[in-house]
Amino acid sequence: MNVLNFIRKKFFSSPIDAFLTLSIGYLIYLTIPPLINWTLIDATFSGNTKKDCVAGGACWVFVKMWFNRFLYGLYPNEEIWRINLAFSILIISIVVYRFLNPKFKRYLFIFLVLPFPILSLMIFSGGFLGLAPVDTREWGGLFLTLVISIFAIIFCFPLGILLAMGRRSNLPVIKYFSIGFIEFWRGVPLITVLFMAGVMFPLLLPSGTNLDKLVRVIIAITLFEAAYMAEVIRGGLQAVGRGQYDASKAIGMGYWKSHIFIVLPQALKLVIPGIANTFIALFKDTPLVFVVGLLEILGMVNLAKTNPYWLGMATEGYVFVAFVYWIFCFAMSRYSLSIEEKLKTTN
Amino acid sequence: MSFLQNKIEKIDQYLSDHPKVKFILPQALLLVFIFSIIGYFSFNASSNLSARGIDTGFGFLKNKASFDIQFSMIEFDSSMSYARAYLVGLLNTILVSAIGILFATLLGFFFGILRLSSNPLASGLATVYIETLRNISLLLQIFFWYFTVLRLLPSAENSIVLFDFVYANIKGIYIPKFVWTNLNYFLYGLIFTFICIYFFNKYANNLRERTGKQLPKFSISLGLLILIPFLIINIFGVGLEFSYPKLDIQMGIANYIGGVSIIPELIALAFALSLYTSTFIAENVRAGILGIDKGQKEAAASIGLTNTQVLRLIVIPQALRIIIPPTTNQYLNLTKNSSLAAAIAYPDIVLVFAGTALMQTGRAIEIVTITMLTYLSLSICISMFMNWYNNKVTLTER
Repeated sequence: MNVLNFIRKKFFSSPIDAFLTLSIGYLIYLTIPPLINWTLIDATFSGNTKKDCVAGGACWVFVKMWFNRFLYGLYPNEEIWRINLAFSILIISIVVYRFLNPKFKRYLFIFLVLPFPILSLMIFSGGFLGLAPVDTREWGGLFLTLVISIFAIIFCFPLGILLAMGRRSNLPVIKYFSIGFIEFWRGVPLITVLFMAGVMFPLLLPSGTNLDKLVRVIIAITLFEAAYMAEVIRGGLQAVGRGQYDASKAIGMGYWKSHIFIVLPQALKLVIPGIANTFIALFKDTPLVFVVGLLEILGMVNLAKTNPYWLGMATEGYVFVAFVYWIFCFAMSRYSLSIEEKLKTTN
Repeated sequence: MSFLQNKIEKIDQYLSDHPKVKFILPQALLLVFIFSIIGYFSFNASSNLSARGIDTGFGFLKNKASFDIQFSMIEFDSSMSYARAYLVGLLNTILVSAIGILFATLLGFFFGILRLSSNPLASGLATVYIETLRNISLLLQIFFWYFTVLRLLPSAENSIVLFDFVYANIKGIYIPKFVWTNLNYFLYGLIFTFICIYFFNKYANNLRERTGKQLPKFSISLGLLILIPFLIINIFGVGLEFSYPKLDIQMGIANYIGGVSIIPELIALAFALSLYTSTFIAENVRAGILGIDKGQKEAAASIGLTNTQVLRLIVIPQALRIIIPPTTNQYLNLTKNSSLAAAIAYPDIVLVFAGTALMQTGRAIEIVTITMLTYLSLSICISMFMNWYNNKVTLTER
């Protein structure tokens, strides 16, 4: 009787509730079994060609055979270890980071933010120490997604801090320049910014200079994201109590010293969730680089599905990419939520 | 670190000793920086353009566009100008954004409220919906609807028929077209009706404040809304007919002619935009409702309001104040995201103007600038409208 009572209270407490329960139940009945059939039961996992997929379900052979291309783009197969090496170092450092004492933590952090990205870029492009040079045109897949989003977020960070401080400045030129800059980039869609990087930017440079396409894209995305980052950081600066400014002034600190050592550390800690959300948005926007002809993971799937041997595999490819995006974004949003909760309790 | 600290301290010390330098130096540096960048870019641009023999200016807008646009709300063919093509693209952008905003709002409110339901099945469904769709790249969702779902529709010969006059097939959805006679009288009549209703309401409010007498505002307004258009239709002979889509087979290729065709690109884009944005709006709605103090609901219940009345009179008006500002941001995002149309060749402003027109004329600087300024103005329009609306619903404290 208890179970029945529980069900009645939870699922059938009012006519509307009962209607909801029944219709959602019917919806689940309609969608879930065919979905499971397609993805797992009728799906084909083994084989090498499209012809092996006869069961009528999903053809995961497609994803299996193109896996390296989806992950690394057209990067030469024998050079893939370089990418794996750099990302392994990154992941190991992040894991080790948690267990270090604060002094080493600081060194590791500085290493990760400054020399490491430059070093890994050098490893990726090669051309020294006997590493074969790899043109950025061959970069692609999930690797390119991560390169673009990580570099853009690192570069836009200092710019965002300066713009946020500029917007709160009482020097009119700096203040209105910051406002104009932020509002301009926030008002235009990323795709037009990429068009600018693709077709307009080369016209603005001296003829003959051939700035790499990837570099142009990263510059454009950095400027675009810096505006969003500035607004996030401005929120943090406003949230730091007035007393902190006054107290640092009272003990004789100037503008820069009080900002660098007192205000910014507190403000940045407050906006970690906001920064994480900006990063998620940036990560989700990277497929747009297709407009200048760069192929990140979604672009690679679009390329693969037009391959004459693999026609009709669009759904499998999209489901795979959706899965990858979902894992990354969901993990990051959970992480930012957990920090938000922690901040709530400590304050 | 201490070395760095000393340097910063010195800079601060110097700045506080010289307030004039503190005021002038950074601003002068910034101005010099801005002008040198602008100068550098424009010098390069002019030398590059003259080297390639491209002249500058906006005169090209009057030239013949000589390309066709697959879908437009106003008449367009290849003999018309680039300016006209720009207008077609702009209208298409506005169309898909408006559809997206409407459905995103409806879905957002529905799922936001559903997520707060006490029924675990309902709140679970809403959670799955929100967490799945908001964490997947929008471009991927557009591709998914366009290349996967809409490709499942049958060919033109075997169209799906709804209500006998809506036909859906792989080439799009066909609905009857309204064919009006004397439409302009009807529209003038409608405008006149709204003006009448506005002044009537003003009069009724005035009367209530002076004498306390309540007029049945709603029923009289509704009456006016029905009566005046009815009179106009009969006096001026406004007529409405439908032109139904008909199957037409020429040389073995089936097609529908007549009626209005809604191209699959528009459907896919509107679907993806509204579903994706609705997840963010749903979260705003949830936060807004949760943000209302519990005491408000209890107080309302204690003075004898029913559950629906509590929701309608107490919770929603207050929640709206929390919901509107972040939702404005989502509307802006949706409008900007509609530019992803270019990926599936929906002829919006980016595809028509920054794509085709740019390709043909090679005027990258002018066209990219116009496109960006257009989006900026659209953003400003939406935020101005939403600010006005927000001011209307905010609490006027006395």
